[in-house]
Order: sequence, then structure tokens, then C-alpha cells
Amino acid sequence: MTSTLGQAQGGLLRAGRAAPPGGRPAAMVLLYATLVLGALLALLPMLWMLSASLMPTGEANSYPPRLVPSRVTLEHYRDLFTRLNLGRYLVNSAIVALVVTASSVLVNSMAGYAFSKLRFRGRDRLFRLMSVGLVVPVQVAMLPLFLLMKSLGLINTYWGVIIPGMASIFGIFLVRQYALSFPSELLDAARIDGAGEFRIYWSVAMPALRPILATLAIWTFLSTWNDFMWPLIVLSDERRFTLPVALASLVGEHVQDTELMMAGSVLTVMPVLLVFLFLQRYYIAGITAGSVKG
Amino acid sequence: MGSVIGAEPAGSGQAAPVAAPPVAVPPRRGFWGARGGASEAGAAGWFFLAPALLLIGTFFVLPVAAALVLSLTDFDIYAVGDLGNARFVGLRNYARLLQTPIFWQALRNTFYFALVGGPLSIAASLGAALLVNARLVRFKGFFRTVYFAPFVTTLVAVAIVWRYLYHPRYGLLNYGLGALGIAPIDWLGDPRWAMPAIIVMAVWKNFGYNMLIFIAGLQSIPEELYEAARIDGAGALKQFRHVTLPMLAPTTLFVGVITMIGFFQLFSEPYVMTQGGPLRATTSVVLLMYEEGFRWWRMGYAAALAFVLFIVILIATLVQLRLQKEER
Repeated sequence: MTSTLGQAQGGLLRAGRAAPPGGRPAAMVLLYATLVLGALLALLPMLWMLSASLMPTGEANSYPPRLVPSRVTLEHYRDLFTRLNLGRYLVNSAIVALVVTASSVLVNSMAGYAFSKLRFRGRDRLFRLMSVGLVVPVQVAMLPLFLLMKSLGLINTYWGVIIPGMASIFGIFLVRQYALSFPSELLDAARIDGAGEFRIYWSVAMPALRPILATLAIWTFLSTWNDFMWPLIVLSDERRFTLPVALASLVGEHVQDTELMMAGSVLTVMPVLLVFLFLQRYYIAGITAGSVKG
Repeated sequence: MGSVIGAEPAGSGQAAPVAAPPVAVPPRRGFWGARGGASEAGAAGWFFLAPALLLIGTFFVLPVAAALVLSLTDFDIYAVGDLGNARFVGLRNYARLLQTPIFWQALRNTFYFALVGGPLSIAASLGAALLVNARLVRFKGFFRTVYFAPFVTTLVAVAIVWRYLYHPRYGLLNYGLGALGIAPIDWLGDPRWAMPAIIVMAVWKNFGYNMLIFIAGLQSIPEELYEAARIDGAGALKQFRHVTLPMLAPTTLFVGVITMIGFFQLFSEPYVMTQGGPLRATTSVVLLMYEEGFRWWRMGYAAALAFVLFIVILIATLVQLRLQKEER
């Protein structure tokens, strides 16, 4: 794979890295043209989604395709909230995502802290065992998990969606990795002062872990909000649907109502996009921390 | 539970088990501040681990083990009602899988998606990373954000958007291609084009994630290496081949493994865009598992499918690790 990549990327590189400082004008034009074209391709589907959601009924299905609404209307948004219960699904999604996020921050930070800063027998063996779990695809667990949830009476409840997300091996990894890099002296100093272990975790470790906990929180919120397969399996009553499940079911009945579906998509994507735009500093830090620092 | 790619991520597979440096630890004070002995220090560790272990053990480890047992039974809709109706059938589910054409088709489709889509997505990520990271580019932050934005969007929502973009008559894609003189293609309705269409959408959705990892990898390459290469007269292409690529090898391995694991779990895109059609051309292993398990309640059979997926992913990961080792 690597060598084909090399051939494919060679041209780009010439325009990029290798241009002498000051740059050959032609190379610079090519570089920026590629960058802008890429940005357009990345944004176009989302821009069209937004634009089509504001078009009068039927206009998104016209030939030649329209890029901009002839007249801006919010009727589809109104429709979604008044006729199709979208407000309910928004609330469901928010409840599920917020509870999972809060729990994930607490539970994973405790475990990550223990794995990095507390010494006890079997710790490293347990950690290695746990990392094996990262290669097991979650779908393997889903069938028995469904039966387990059924026997617990949690099918069709928020808890049925929430519980499997409350702790994650990935989250524990993230916190542990970060905690390893800060000095234990602070913790030991607190111990000398006679603070109990829980105090130390809560008032010394937690504040020091704040950046990575922010990353974990945003990451968990976004992936829970976007999650589809497990909520689809565990929720059957429409009143409990999260947005992605509701949207997938709406598209079955309303596939002809392009503008309506686009309005629903905008409302689903908007919250996560806003969270990302405002908090991307933390979010991106976490992604690169997880992979490269190692 | 993760959505198809990256959501149950992708994290720090490379965490080296670093032993903490020996520090003189004063006698521990026990859990809540009272004096306690060494056993109490250990107790604290387990206390902090307990919630996570309980949750992961009950809702992940246990179900994975149970799935193996389930795959050896004829668990079906009658057993969903009453467990007593399930019988142990040994490897019969697996044997049946191997004789079912639709299983082979799903496996082929999944490999198609992973082996074509995965490398394409990695190539796009590396290309974007090189562009954004190029020394002379300004507004790096802006481009990085824009390229990453598709990754954070909700897969179901954007899959619906792409469904309309792919519309043979009203879709923007065919209109754009028409301007180039290419006849309209029925992207999602033609068995030959449906999988490529899903691949293009998945590459669009996911390349930003690996791009960030590549950017971090590129930034960790010491500038002196490039200077030395320039002094030796290496041009841009040579620098890329002999400095950038080798230095990126660990990053590429990491990206390759997580991308492949994610791509093998294809589900939501075909569920939303094609329902596995046309003519089963986009039915993936996970989609088939979902249909067998949760639509027809043939859970024993579906569990066997899930395990086949697991084994495929495991083998593919090992192969990739081995290939990388040989290259070095």
C-alpha cells in the first residue's frame, strides 16, 4: 500500500513541501487551487443539505438541479416539529448523549487514573488483557447484549441505550496515556499531607486531567449522538427513538419529500457540528494524543 | 456502541506498557484519609477500577463470550420467547454459513469495501495532510477544520444527503458529470455502481480523521532530515520516498489497522442508502448479521456470522502487522 501511496502523492508533494521559501508562483497557485477544491468537495454535501432544506416543496427535485432556493422557507422545519415529533427525538438524543458523556468521564477517568497512578497487584496484566478488547468488533457483543437487556427489562428504554456506553476501553486508554505523563510527586505530596485516596483523585488528579477529560467528553458526546446500530436494535417504540433512528425510519415514508428530509438532516447534524466548531481544540488534541505520542 | 467507522475508536493501540519510575512512596494513608496499610493501597486501585470493570465485564466481555456459545446453538425466535427451546448444535451454523451463497456475497462485498475503500481513504488522508501541512500554506487551521468537518457529522443524516446527491435524474453528481459529457449513472440502483458509490461517500466522511493523525506524524519528523536530504541533492519526490514515508511508517501502520477494522464493520451506509441492494450488491457481513439476528431472530446463525467477522478482522490485523514488520 505504501508504495502506491508514494507514487500518488509525489506530485502533490512537489507543490507543497519542496517549494523553496518564497515559492514558485505556479506551484503556489496549484497548491491553493487543490486546497480550495478539496474544501469545496468537503463542504458541498452539507451546503446543499442546508440549501435544499430551505427550498419550497418539490424544488430540490427539479432539473437542472437548483443550488439556491428560489424563495427561502422554514415550512419543513415547522412540519418536523409540529407534525413529525422531531422535538421529542432531539430531547431523546440529548438525554442519552449527556448521560453517557457524564458517566464516561467519571468511570473512565477513575479507571485510567488507577491504571496509571495507583500500584496494585495484577494491574499491568489486567491492562494488557483489556487492550485485547480493542480489536473485538462491538457487533460481536450485540446479540447476547440484546438478550441480556431483554432479561433486565431494558429493551425500549433510555437505559438500554445508555448502559453499554457508560464505560469504554478506549476512554480508559485515553485517560491513562495522559495521566502517565504527569508527575506523581503532586499525588505523593497530598498523601504526605494525609489526604485519602478519593480526595487525592478528586481534588488533585481530576484538575490535572482536565484537558484530556474535555477531549473524552466531547468525543463521547459526538459518537453517542451519532450512534446508530445499537439504538436501532434496542429501541422499537417510536417515542424513544434517537435522532438517527428516527431519521432512518422517516426516510422510509418520506423519501419523496427531499426538502423535509434535508431539514431533518440539518437538525441532526447541527448540534454535533456546533459542538465540534466551538470545542475543536480539545477534540483534535485527543485524536492525535491517542495515536502518535504512544 | 460505535457507529461504523471511528466512533468506537480508534484509540491508542500503541500504548506502550510503561512502568512507572520507582519513586519513594510514603506510607499510604488509607482510603478516606484514615491510616491504613499496604493492602489498603491495593484496595484503592480496585475501588477506582470497579465501576469500569463491572460495566465492561457485564456489557461487553460477558456478551462476547456468550456470543461464542450462542453461535453453537440453534437459538431462534422460539428461543427468544423461551430459552429452553435452544439446542446445542455444534458447528452446524458455521457449516451452513459456508454453504450459503448470500454469506459469500456479503463477505465479498465487505472485502471489496474494505480493500478498495480503506486504501483510498488512507490515500486521501495522506494527500490532505501533505497539502494542509505544506510549509507555505496559510490558513492551515481553517482548511484542517473544513476537511475534518465531515467526520463529525451524523452518518445516518449525511447518508441520506448522499442518497439525493446520487439521484440519477435530480442529483448534483450526475449533473456535474453531465457537464463533463458523461452519461447519467444510476449510482445506487445499478449493482455495479452501488458499492463504488458507498465507497466514495465513506471516503468523504472519514478521510479527515486519518488526516489529523498524519498531520501529527508529519510534524514529528525532524526538519534536519529534510535539510540533510536537500544537501544530498534529493528532490521533492526523493525526499518524500526516503524521508517522509519511512518516518511515517508507524503512523501508517496505526492508521491502516484502525481504518481496516472500521471499514470491515460496514453497516449504516448500506442500511440507509441501499438496504443492501440492488441485487444484494451492498449487503455487508454486519448488515446480514443484523437482518438474520434482529429481523428473523435466527440469533445462533447470526452469532456465527459475527464471529466470522471477528476472525476476518483479527487475521487482517495480523497480516498487516506482519507486512509492516517485513518491510522494515
